[in-house]
Amino acid sequence: MFLELVTTFFELALSCYFTAAILGIVELAVGKASVSRAMKVLIALGFVLHTVNVFLRYVVGGHMPIASMHEATSFLTWSIVLIFFIIELKYKISLLGSFVMPGVFILMLSSSVLPRQIKPIDPTLQSYWLWIHTTLAFLGDAAFAVACGIGVMYLVQERFVKSKKLGGLFHRLPSLQMLDDTNYRLLTIGFPLLTLAIITGAVWAEGVWGTFWRWDPKEVWSLITWLFYAMVLHVRTHSGWHGKKSAILSVIGFAAVLFTFFGVNLLLKSLHEF
Amino acid sequence: MNIIVIGLNHKTADVEIRERLAFTPEMLVEGLSSIRGIRGVSEAIILSTCNRVEMYVYANDGVNIAEGIKDFLSRSRSLDRGKLEAALYVHFDDEGVRHIFRVAASLDSMVVGEPQILGQLKAAFDLSLTNKSSGIILNRLMKKAISVGKRVRTQTGIAENAVSIGYAAVELARKIFNNLGNKVFMLLGAGEMAELAARHLTNCGVREVIVANRTYERGCALAKEFSGRAIQFSDFKKELVNTDIVICSTGATNYVVTHDEMAKTMKDRRLKSVFIIDISVPRNIDPDINRIDNVYLYDIDDLKGVIDTNINQRQKEALKASDIIDEEVEGFNKWLQSLDAVPTIVALREMADDIKKDELARLFNKLNTLDERDRKSIEIMANSIVNKLVHPPTVALKEGAEDKDTLISTIRKLYGLNGDR
Repeated sequence: MFLELVTTFFELALSCYFTAAILGIVELAVGKASVSRAMKVLIALGFVLHTVNVFLRYVVGGHMPIASMHEATSFLTWSIVLIFFIIELKYKISLLGSFVMPGVFILMLSSSVLPRQIKPIDPTLQSYWLWIHTTLAFLGDAAFAVACGIGVMYLVQERFVKSKKLGGLFHRLPSLQMLDDTNYRLLTIGFPLLTLAIITGAVWAEGVWGTFWRWDPKEVWSLITWLFYAMVLHVRTHSGWHGKKSAILSVIGFAAVLFTFFGVNLLLKSLHEF
Repeated sequence: MNIIVIGLNHKTADVEIRERLAFTPEMLVEGLSSIRGIRGVSEAIILSTCNRVEMYVYANDGVNIAEGIKDFLSRSRSLDRGKLEAALYVHFDDEGVRHIFRVAASLDSMVVGEPQILGQLKAAFDLSLTNKSSGIILNRLMKKAISVGKRVRTQTGIAENAVSIGYAAVELARKIFNNLGNKVFMLLGAGEMAELAARHLTNCGVREVIVANRTYERGCALAKEFSGRAIQFSDFKKELVNTDIVICSTGATNYVVTHDEMAKTMKDRRLKSVFIIDISVPRNIDPDINRIDNVYLYDIDDLKGVIDTNINQRQKEALKASDIIDEEVEGFNKWLQSLDAVPTIVALREMADDIKKDELARLFNKLNTLDERDRKSIEIMANSIVNKLVHPPTVALKEGAEDKDTLISTIRKLYGLNGDR
């Protein structure tokens, strides 16, 4: 009964994100302020419903709701929408929703097809470290996700300017510099979060398993992702690799994030299994 | 009564005829009084710009007055009547109102969405106000036209997107850099178009302006004009390292910046984006540099391509504007029609009141024994008769059926109300 209610909130949030994604694509085609407003209202509504869903799962399960693949994917989606709103409010990047929402919807949809039972968590993992480590990791991943969306926007806009064919989207997309600056800002948010997530994970592992690092596939792939983003930031500050190169790298980087998130669980055996 | 629009524009007349018919500021006042002098004309406004000469007239007849204005034009400008007729267009009433609204909205302009016409229309209106050549109808029409012009510009995209080289350059710069306030701009060479584009850019407030000209003195003069600094032409490659926006227009017949030079410059400026506008013909900058990352090179044809796209876009938006114009023409017509009824009602009322007053005075004169109370009663009765007689035609006029014009003229004829307008 109670689980049904939890599920209902999830379905409603999914529907909101779906409609918002469709409106986002419509907005690309028609460019009407009313469409963009409607999309934002739906995202906000979806986010509230989603928050209720996440909270109820916490109440029922008694632990951070990331114990199953369904929960983890759902929480990642929630984090992305949160970061999206922060960026939207702070920088007012026009059309950002159109580029981020389709991805948000796909993630939420993948979450929806995964088994939804509320699983108990290994008692040894039940501690505040679970909160700290996972929240840092998920917010970091979410920052990289939005950076990827902005990277795609940059590549589209740069295509317009380079090709000299200034279609309708050219006028509505933000300037290259603004996209590049925001992309960089997100990387500088995501990178420290990921760094802290890895450090807190190691400290926590030491407490639970008695060792900081066990070359678990999740750990290895997190390290690869971390090194990749460290390289992106390094070449940017030291060799001026900004703009197109940085945009491409942030798309590739997010692919690595997604592999660390899904691929490791599906293809490799990991202690981080849900 | 009719609204008459009579005029010519860049589409119907070539410049030779346009300049022949144009009104200089001194001629306008005289022109206004000449048109007002034509029998039957009660209001007149003249709009004279380099692309159009138009007269807006409110008169008691359409076709005959239009002929009268044509006579005046052909006579005063000693222009062959046939030639004049071929260039002129004449619109009456609805079509005239629609034409004025379209002009105000810049839909009839050479470049759809251009802003000047609205100011020119306001100036023409102001002149007619100071000369009292326009009255209640044309004043209302002009005010409405100006508001329609504004409405069309804000509610459709006809005024969006650059349609001149200078604006296109600024628009592109803003899409590359967002904020021009911390950018360095270099004018390489000179020339009318380059200077115009440079003026647009510097007006947007770049941080620094550098001028490099083969003739150093000329460079200094330009630098002064743009409050920048002049450098020797041979030094410009060194300065390129710190420059974000370049407008290039030298007389060189070869490339003054080659691909390899630019690639090296980019390395030296740590790949910071640079926007280069090469408006020289033959081109002065190696077109291949557009392939280098973070280098955006536009030549004159590229900019023209951008402008053409924008003009097409504006024309699409102009279609949306037509709906707004239709709506506004209808609104104006409603007002015009209601106006016809009001003076008739007032005249009818006044006539009845006058009769009543005269008759009462005559009666009271004869029966001087009446006391105050009797007089009051008689007055009340007279008022009541007048009111009851006037009421039905007043209602009929106010309701305004389709045959309102006939109704108004019938009532005027029946009660002998003509000759008061």
